[in-house]
Amino acid sequence: MDADKVFKALGDPTRRRLLDLLCEKNGQTLGQLCENLDMARQSATQHLDLLEAANLVNTVKRGREKLHFINPVPLHDIYERWVRKFERQRLSLLHDLKQELEGGDQ
Amino acid sequence: MTRETTSFVYVTYIRSTPQKVFEAITRPDVARRYWGHENVSDWKAGSKWEHIRANDERTVELVGKVVEISPPTRLVMTWANASQADDPSQYSRVTFAIEEYDTMVRLTVTHDELEAGSGMAKGISQGWPAVLSSMKSFLETGSGIDLFAKPKSA
Repeated sequence: MDADKVFKALGDPTRRRLLDLLCEKNGQTLGQLCENLDMARQSATQHLDLLEAANLVNTVKRGREKLHFINPVPLHDIYERWVRKFERQRLSLLHDLKQELEGGDQ
Repeated sequence: MTRETTSFVYVTYIRSTPQKVFEAITRPDVARRYWGHENVSDWKAGSKWEHIRANDERTVELVGKVVEISPPTRLVMTWANASQADDPSQYSRVTFAIEEYDTMVRLTVTHDELEAGSGMAKGISQGWPAVLSSMKSFLETGSGIDLFAKPKSA
């Protein structure tokens, strides 16, 4: 919901690694995530908190466990806002160029 | 033998009301405008629902049953490919939870009981982020995202 938070959350290799780990296997506990990270649980928790604040990760309590789920919806919002718009323009420029070179308008 | 299942949880915050978000899911005339599909049902617990492509062919793509419904905060339904409607093992479950959050609505879509590695699991993990982005855009600005957009070609 807040693009600044999303970009900030993504601007760190550990947090990107955490997202990759959740992409591979969604719904992991902190312990499972730490097995693949060379860092203390406390540091991992701080990274996960930032990802959660950016709405890139959601947690669900299941019994005594807290499971982490990747939430790509804000990434999609950013894609729509910052990528697709420019992609469309580029494609339309290519389209115009092709028309011009091939004389498709005649 | 129990099959291995997988789940996904999607959250989006929308500047809207719970009623409007609920209608965006359950009213065909609203859903077609940002989803390109309609969810058609009489929306009673136990009733069938169908996910119908909003074009001339009106293909029924998904089917299921309404498990639980309490407007405008909660909707639980089962979900399967129309082509696999006869196979009980192919049904997964979708839960929509709608709650007020400051001046916004927090919409959580939980899709679980999915067969790990299945085509459906892959499909929905691409589909939900796009649908929820489009719903947010539609409810906040009045226009959704064209989910079937293709590069403009000569």
